[in-house]
Amino acid sequence: MSLRSPLSKAQGLGSAKHGFSHWWWQRVTAIALIPLTLWFVYSLVCLLGSDHAQLSQWLAQPINASLVLLFVLTALFHGQTGMQVVIEDYVHSTWLNLTLLLSIKFASVAMAVLAIISVLKVVLGG
Amino acid sequence: MLKERPLSPHLQVYRPQMTSMLSILHRATGVFLFLGSPLLVYSLWGIAEGGTHFQQMTDCLSHWFAQLLILGWIYSLFYHFCNGIRHLFWDVGHGYEMKTLYASGNAVLLISIALTAITAYFALQNLGGAA
Ligand code: HEM
Repeated sequence: MSLRSPLSKAQGLGSAKHGFSHWWWQRVTAIALIPLTLWFVYSLVCLLGSDHAQLSQWLAQPINASLVLLFVLTALFHGQTGMQVVIEDYVHSTWLNLTLLLSIKFASVAMAVLAIISVLKVVLGG
Repeated sequence: MLKERPLSPHLQVYRPQMTSMLSILHRATGVFLFLGSPLLVYSLWGIAEGGTHFQQMTDCLSHWFAQLLILGWIYSLFYHFCNGIRHLFWDVGHGYEMKTLYASGNAVLLISIALTAITAYFALQNLGGAA
């Protein structure tokens, strides 16, 4: 006994709608985070004990600025996607569910914008 | 009429198993990592602002409690990282035999602790050298 429709069985594919795209992007971001995380922790350890001038100088380099932003933005997107799954699993009251989902999304976008503006300011030497 | 249906699995009478505990920990570390992300953005903002804002940020982050949270965040990152790779292998259909499941679970625990210890070691060395 299977719940799959005959057409879906014949095509041999799962859903290609919203659920799949969500699942897919969670994996894509997870894979991207593997090298980014190693680089980030390595850099963090190297930077410990630096003063403000050294930190700005480091962050002003295009490669470092790009990788920092890639790490932060990918982590935010991946984390936000993951939080949605967790909320959908545990919060069954419609209003609380919607409030939490929206808060997570708004907070993620706000953090992303602040991160981008901050890094750009350092890179452009403002 | 709504009838009380038996619920499954009966979590409260379920003997905790290594596999299920690791799975819960993946979720817990994921949520903890997300909740910690403002700290990351806060540091970038502090560097961009400089001056008293930067001073405030470093004072705040060097408080012992903040340091404890950061250590927990780094461990969570490494645990979630290792177990995430385990997840990705499952996604492509590998590692479902009982033996492999336990072996990879043990490897995740060991490697995440080792990576945290190595990171902490170099962090302390670096701080000691700079002070
Ligand atoms: C370091 C590399 C990372 C890898 C390889 C990774 C991998 C994964 C994978 C494969 C999943 C899906 C698990 C499932 O299907 O239940 C997941 C879930 C999740 N991740 Fe990550 N992740 C990483 C970093 C992060 C970071 C930095 C954050 C936080 C900003 C994060 C937050 C989450 C959350 C909240 C979930 C949902 C947990 C759940 O559904 O149980 N992850 N991660």
